Amino acid sequence: MHQKLKVAIIGPGNIGTDLMFKVMRSEWLEMSAMLGVVESEGLKRARNLGFITSTDGIHYLEEHTEIADVVFDATMASLHKDLHAPLLAKLNKFAVDLTPAAVGVSVSPVVNPEEGLKGNNVNMITCVGQASTAALHAITNVVPVSYAEVIAQTASKSDGPATRKNIDEFTYTTQNALCRLGGAKEARVFSVINPCKPECNMRNTIMAIPEGGYDIKDVEKSVREMVARVQEYIPGYALTLPPMVNNGVITTIITVTGAGDFLPTYAGNLDMETASGVRMAELYAQKILGGANA
Amino acid sequence: MMDKQVKIIDTTLRDGSHALHHTQSPQDVIHICTGLEQAGVYAAEVGHGAGLNGSLLQYGFGKYSDKELLTAARSVLKNTKLFDLFCPGIATVKDMRHAKEYYGLDGIRVAVHCSEADLGETHIYSGKEMGLEVICFLMMCHLIDIDELVENALKAKSYGADTIYFADSAGAFTPRDIRDRVTALKDATGLPVGVHTHNNLGLGVGNVVAAVEAGADFVDGALNGLGAGSGNGCTQAIVAVLEKMQVKTGCDFYTLCETADKYVVPIIQRPLEVTSESCTLGKVGIYSSFYLNTLESARKYNIPYHEIFEELGRRGAIGGQEDMILDICQEILEAKNQ
Repeated sequence: MHQKLKVAIIGPGNIGTDLMFKVMRSEWLEMSAMLGVVESEGLKRARNLGFITSTDGIHYLEEHTEIADVVFDATMASLHKDLHAPLLAKLNKFAVDLTPAAVGVSVSPVVNPEEGLKGNNVNMITCVGQASTAALHAITNVVPVSYAEVIAQTASKSDGPATRKNIDEFTYTTQNALCRLGGAKEARVFSVINPCKPECNMRNTIMAIPEGGYDIKDVEKSVREMVARVQEYIPGYALTLPPMVNNGVITTIITVTGAGDFLPTYAGNLDMETASGVRMAELYAQKILGGANA
Repeated sequence: MMDKQVKIIDTTLRDGSHALHHTQSPQDVIHICTGLEQAGVYAAEVGHGAGLNGSLLQYGFGKYSDKELLTAARSVLKNTKLFDLFCPGIATVKDMRHAKEYYGLDGIRVAVHCSEADLGETHIYSGKEMGLEVICFLMMCHLIDIDELVENALKAKSYGADTIYFADSAGAFTPRDIRDRVTALKDATGLPVGVHTHNNLGLGVGNVVAAVEAGADFVDGALNGLGAGSGNGCTQAIVAVLEKMQVKTGCDFYTLCETADKYVVPIIQRPLEVTSESCTLGKVGIYSSFYLNTLESARKYNIPYHEIFEELGRRGAIGGQEDMILDICQEILEAKNQ
C-alpha cells in the first residue's frame, strides 16, 4: 500500500461534507481535517467521524501546517481570492478551489490536468463547466466548432443561495471554460433551475455548430470515449442522447446522477464539482507519491 | 369600476417574436411602436422572445440584434415606455446596464420561474439601482399554489420590485384562478399587480377581464394576440372590453386597429387560433413557447403532438427547456421501433 496525502477541507457545508465522504473512499487521499468559522452540523459530523475540526478556519492550518498537504476550499469566491489562496500558497499547500474565484488555472481532469498540476492552485470552474466542457472537448477533437451552446438543468433543491446570487458569474465562468477547455470559438450557457417533484437530475444539452466536414460516427466515438473516462470518477455521468445532427447542429445530452454520498442522487451537479476536485487532488498525489511508491 | 385605471403593456414585439420565429425587423418595430405611441399604450415590450440576450439556438437565433430592435423602438417612443424581458441565467446585469445606457431602456421585467424569485434578486436590485422601472415577472404560475406565489412575490418586493406580474405562461388558468391570485397578491404585497395571459384555451381576453375585475393594475396584450402558443390577449379587444366596463386604459382603440391591420397582419406567419393543439398545451400546462417547436417536431418525426406535450408535462418541463423535445421524440421513436 502506498502512502496517502492528507486533506483538509475548508467550508463544512453541503459541498464540503460531500467532499469529505469522497476523500474517505480515496486510495490516494486521507481525510484529516474539516475547518469552519462557526460551530455547525458539518463540523460535528466530521468530529464524530474522528477527524480534526476547528472553528478557526484557515488560521488553524497556519498553526498546524502538518495536518494537510492538499486543501479543498468549499467556501466563497471572495474568501478564496482575498484570504485562502495567498495563505495556502505561502504554506505551500496544493489548493483545490471549488468557488468561482478562478485564482488558479481552470481545470477539467479529463481535458487539461497537466496544466493544473504545473501550479499549486486549481479552479474547478462550475458544475456545468465540468459536465459540458468534457463532452464539448470530445466534439471539437473531431471537428472545429464555431459556436457552442449548453442548456443546463439542475434541481432547485440542489442550488443554494450562493449559486443563485452569483448566477451571472456562473454564466461567465462557464462560458469561458466552454471556449478555453471545450474548444469552441464562441459559447453561451443557459441555466434552468427546475423545482419539479420528484427532483430532476442534472441535465446538460450540448449543441455545437460545426465548421467543415465530419462524420457524426467519429463524433459519437469520441464522445463515448470521453464519457467512459469521466465515469471513472463520476459513475453517474451518462450519455442520454448520443451525438446526432439536428438541423445542422451537433446535439448531445449528458445527464448526471450523483453518488448520493451526502446530498441525494439528483444533485449530480454537486458531484460534478466535488468528484472532479477529488480527482484533481488524486492526480496531484500520484505525481507527488508516484515515484516514492514505485 | 368607474374611474378605475389600468396600464397596458403591449408584447406584440416580444412575445410575438416566438410566433414570428424571431424575424421581426427594425422596420416592423418602428411601424408598430409608432402606432402604440400614438394610441397611448403605457409600455411596449420589444426584443427576442426570450428577452434580452435571448438569441439562442434553444429558441432560434434572432434575425436582428437587441441593439437593432431596441434602438429602432427608442427612435419613435416618447410617452410610451420601452421595456424588455430579462431572464436570469440567460442575460446578466452587464447586459441590462448596456441596454439601459446604449439602447435607452426605460423598464425591465425580470422573469423567473414562479417558485424561484430569489434567482432574480441581484437583477431586480441592480435594475432599481440603475434607475429602471422594475417589474418582477413570475412565470408558469399554474404550477404552484397561492401561498407559494405570494411568498415569492414578497421576496421580489424585498429585492425592490416596483410591480409584481404573474404570468399564465401555459394559458392554463381559469378566470377564478386569476381573480384569486390578483386579490391575494395585492393584499399581501401592497404593490401594483399585473397579469400576462395566453389564449391557448380561449381565455386570453377573458382572463384579463377577470384580473381587472379583481383589481389588477397592469395587464398585457398583443396586437391581434400575436404571441407564443395561440397568442396573448388581443390588445384591441382588451381596450374595447375595458372601455365597455368603464375602465380607463388611455388607449385609442382605432389607432390600435389601424396599426394592427397595416403592420401586424402582414407579418403573421400562421393564424393565432384556438386549436386542438393549443387546447392540449393549456390543458397539460406546457410553456407556450414550446408550441411551434413541438408541432414542427411532431410533423418531422410523424409523432402525435399530444404524446410530446404529455411527456413534457410528466418531466415537469418549465420555461426554457425546449431541448427536451428532441430527446422525447427520439425516445418515442425508439419505443415504436422496438
